[in-house]
Amino acid sequence: MTNSVNKRVVVTGLGAITPIGNTLADYWDGLMSGRNGVAPITLFDASRHDCRFAAEVKGFDPHVYLDRKDAKRMDRFAQLAVAASKQALEDAQFTINDLNAEQVGVLIGTGIGGLKVLEDQQEVNLTKGPDRCSPFMIPMMIANMAAGLTAIHIGAKGPNSCSVTACAAGSNAIGDAFRWIQHGYAQAMICGGTEAAVTPLSVAGFAACRALSFRNDDPTHASRPFDKDRDGFVLGEGAGILLLEEMEHALARGAKIYAEIVGYGVTCDAFHMTGQLPGGVQAARAMQLAMKDAGLSPEQVSYVNAHGTSTPVNDPNETAAIKTALGDHAYKIAVSSTKSMTGHLLGGSGGIEGVATALAIANDRVPPTINFVEADPECDLDYVPNQSRALQVDVALSNSFGFGGHNVTLAFKKFVR
Amino acid sequence: MSETEIFEKVKKIVTDQLGVESGKVVPEANFANDLGADSLDTVELVMALEEEFDIEIPDEAAEEIATVQAAVDYISNKVTASA
Repeated sequence: MTNSVNKRVVVTGLGAITPIGNTLADYWDGLMSGRNGVAPITLFDASRHDCRFAAEVKGFDPHVYLDRKDAKRMDRFAQLAVAASKQALEDAQFTINDLNAEQVGVLIGTGIGGLKVLEDQQEVNLTKGPDRCSPFMIPMMIANMAAGLTAIHIGAKGPNSCSVTACAAGSNAIGDAFRWIQHGYAQAMICGGTEAAVTPLSVAGFAACRALSFRNDDPTHASRPFDKDRDGFVLGEGAGILLLEEMEHALARGAKIYAEIVGYGVTCDAFHMTGQLPGGVQAARAMQLAMKDAGLSPEQVSYVNAHGTSTPVNDPNETAAIKTALGDHAYKIAVSSTKSMTGHLLGGSGGIEGVATALAIANDRVPPTINFVEADPECDLDYVPNQSRALQVDVALSNSFGFGGHNVTLAFKKFVR
Repeated sequence: MSETEIFEKVKKIVTDQLGVESGKVVPEANFANDLGADSLDTVELVMALEEEFDIEIPDEAAEEIATVQAAVDYISNKVTASA
């Protein structure tokens, strides 16, 4: 830790390409209206798969953001990240030039990376032979390339990295970017998460770990966090990007400020590859660390954007964690899972949920948990069932947990100078 | 296959692979300088030509092929030789 006083970090730009909207405005409108992003898989023929639906990004045209050649040499997960990053910069009216380029960094997480190109090229390898594999396979596939390509396309020469902590990757990226600005390594960071893993192998693999919902006869009701009839998560794809700025830097240029990031907590279950530690003990500690980092008491929290995957294990566990971290105050706040609408974007989820949390603070409205019919008896909090709600949100937490036992909580606060 | 036919096929592959306007793919166009091909593009382009014409282009030969016309000449020789 630095001895000098940490710099303050504010959110000044947002970008989102999601299963419920391909622009920030459309995404927020979707969240507020309870739009459902889940439908049968169209990106490949899923007829042989046990799970045949997903929350795909609809109608994304990479050529709006990239020329033909650039788009062709990027896997979809990188296209989505570059596009959302450009949206965030435009939203912030932030220009990168020769003077500030070295002070602007990029930190974009992904759970998986370029799985589609890997699958396609393995097909080439097996059918045509190893010497027919594309020279672009490795650079398109590697997980850090969303961050690398984003830097190329926006000209950001500051610190650049990629978190690969499964479903916590997007939140780790935002949290680490927050630290880098706090500690003076950059004045602005493009950060968040991206994922495009609706592919044959990925769906097969997640189905094999029994993580997915198999509600093929009724896909739109498959993602139902905290509901007693939930049976697994719905795979989603997309990217959510935040532009974080050092506060004085943002104020000096008259930027609009959505929220301040004030805390970051990270722990590990050290328990099981895919399972969660019973009782959510370490998840609770991540929330406590984020509040401690921010100097917040539980009573100040008004909203939690839950990890809320709709798996049998996560939702009661997370509920227990929220109650451990916030005590009785847990019953007085709003908790919602936007995955009920967007599906689970894996490494992208922390990104779009960070965007949703910043917008909840800026708009004093919280998104709902849709498909909430009957609560699991172990899930007894206010999950904002089915309809968004006006609520003064001064402090909000965003949780993300990932395979590997990663627990991450980010604390956002309404900006007051 | 006539040289014109080879040129047309090469032109289509170059246009697809490098994402350039077909009007720019003229015989004297240099892959790197005029059509913006980098080292990875070049490898991919050579592979695509090998596949289209069912020939092998060794690395040493590929390095010598700087222009569209050079590619057409090389392919013409190979295709004629094997015919």
